[in-house]
Amino acid sequence: MDRDARMNRPFGLLAELTYRCPLACAYCSNPLELAAYNDEMSTAEWQRVFTEAAQMGVLQCHLSGGEPMLRRDLVDLVRTAAELGMYTNLVTSAIGLSRSRAEGLKEAGLDHVQISVQADEPVTSDRIAGIPSFERKLEAAAVVKDLGWPLTINVVLHRQNIDRVAEIIALVEELDADRIELANTQYYGWAWRNRTALLPSREQLAVAEEIVRAAREHLAGRMEVVHVLPDYYSEYPKPCMGGWAARQLTVAPNGDALPCPAAQTLPLPRASVREDSLERIWDGSPMFTAFRGTSWMKDPCRTCDRRELDFGGCRCQAFQLTGDAARTDPVCHLSPDHAIVAEVVEAANAGTRRDEEALVPRPHRG
Amino acid sequence: MPNDGAAADPAATPRPTPPAVPPSGHPALSRHVRMRFDRTRERYVLLGPESVIVLNPTGADILGLCDGQRTVSDVAAELQGRYDRVVDDEVATFLARLVANRCVEIDDGP
Ligand code: SF4
Ligand code: SF4
Repeated sequence: MDRDARMNRPFGLLAELTYRCPLACAYCSNPLELAAYNDEMSTAEWQRVFTEAAQMGVLQCHLSGGEPMLRRDLVDLVRTAAELGMYTNLVTSAIGLSRSRAEGLKEAGLDHVQISVQADEPVTSDRIAGIPSFERKLEAAAVVKDLGWPLTINVVLHRQNIDRVAEIIALVEELDADRIELANTQYYGWAWRNRTALLPSREQLAVAEEIVRAAREHLAGRMEVVHVLPDYYSEYPKPCMGGWAARQLTVAPNGDALPCPAAQTLPLPRASVREDSLERIWDGSPMFTAFRGTSWMKDPCRTCDRRELDFGGCRCQAFQLTGDAARTDPVCHLSPDHAIVAEVVEAANAGTRRDEEALVPRPHRG
Repeated sequence: MPNDGAAADPAATPRPTPPAVPPSGHPALSRHVRMRFDRTRERYVLLGPESVIVLNPTGADILGLCDGQRTVSDVAAELQGRYDRVVDDEVATFLARLVANRCVEIDDGP
C-alpha cells in the first residue's frame, strides 16, 4: 500500500449487526425498509469484515444496530475485534445487558459501553421507547460502572423531551457516567418520518443551550458533555462524518458497505462486503468515491471558502430534501434550496403547535 | 443506528479551557484510553470511546514517560536529555490539551 493510500484509511467502523430491536423509538435513524435487512451476516462473515477493517487501518469498532445485544454471537464478535487491537464500543439500548452477559463481554475485551436513555423519568422514556425499559436501563448502567467500564449515556433530544434537559443531565450525573451525549435528532429513517413531531422550537433550543452550557461548567473534570445542535437551526451544515468516505465507514446487517448509515437512501450502486473486500470497496466503489473530496461540488460550494471545513454538508440530507445528492445541503443558508429548511423551521415555531404530537413508532423488525 | 449523533462533529462542542499543568503532578493515561502503535499510519495513536488521536513522535515520547510515577518535571527533564533542548513548555502544553480531552489524568499528590 502506498503512503497516500495508507494516510487516507478510515479510523472507525460502525458495525450495524442487526436492525432488530426490542424498542421502537420514533427518532430511530434505521432505514424505513427494515425487511430488506433480515438476511443478516453470519459470525464468520462479520469476523472476516473486522479482520479486513483492522488490516486497512481501522482502529475503532462500534458495535451497533438496532440492538446488538440481540446477536447471540456478540461475545465472539467483540473478542475478534479486541484481538485485532481495535477499540471496541458497544452502542446499546441496554435491554438484554444483564450482569452475566456484561461479564462475558468484559472478559472478551469490550472497552466501552454507550447506553441510550430517552428521558429522565419512566413515563416519557417508556412512551418514546415504545416499551417499558427505563428501569432496566438504569440497572444496566449501574452494572457497567460496577464492572469498571467507562460509560457514555446518549440522549437523543427532540421537541418532546428537550424541555427536561436539566433533569436528564441530573439523572446521568447520578448514574456516574463519564460522558453524556446530548444529540439533537438528525432526520433520517424513522426520525425523518416523524420530523414534524420531533423538531423543537427556537425557544426550546435556546433554553436548552443555556442549561447545557451551565452544566458543562459545573461538571468540568467529572463528566464530558457533548452537545450536538440541530443542523436545521445552524447557519452552516455539519461536516458530516468528517467528509464523505474520509474517516468512517458503516457496514449494515446484510453486508452493505456505506460511507454513513443514512447512505442507503442514495441512488448509488450497492457495495456489499459479501461480494467484495472492504479495501476495494473503500478505494474504488462508486458508493465511496462519488462524493469523496471536493471535485463533485457545484456552486455555491465549489467556490466557497468553507468547502474543506464542512464538505458541502450532508449528501443524504441534500438528496432527501432536493432529490439531488450533489447539491449543497439545504441547511446551509447559502444554499439555493434553503427555503425548504426555512419553511420547516417556521412551521416548528408557529404558535399554534402542540408539543406532543403523535409519533409513528418504528417496528421491532421488518 | 440509534441516531446518536455520530454523523455530527464533536469538535464543534466547545472544550473547557485547558487547565494549568502542575510541574510536581504525576501524569498518567486515563484508564479509558489506550495507546498503541498503528502500522498503517506508522504512528502511535491514542484510542478512546469517540476519539482517535494520531500522535507525533514527540507526543508519543512524552506519553511513553507518563507512568504515574514520574512528575511533569521529570518527564520534561528526561526528554531534554534525549533531545538536547528545553521542552518544558511543549510538555506542559501537550499534557494540558490531553487533560482537557480527559485522555490524561494528573495526580497532584506527593
Ligand atoms: S456553500 Fe457549501 S461549502 Fe459553503 S458553507 Fe454552504 S455547504 Fe459549506
Ligand atoms: S428503536 Fe431505539 S433503541 Fe432501537 S435502534 Fe432505534 S433508536 Fe436504537
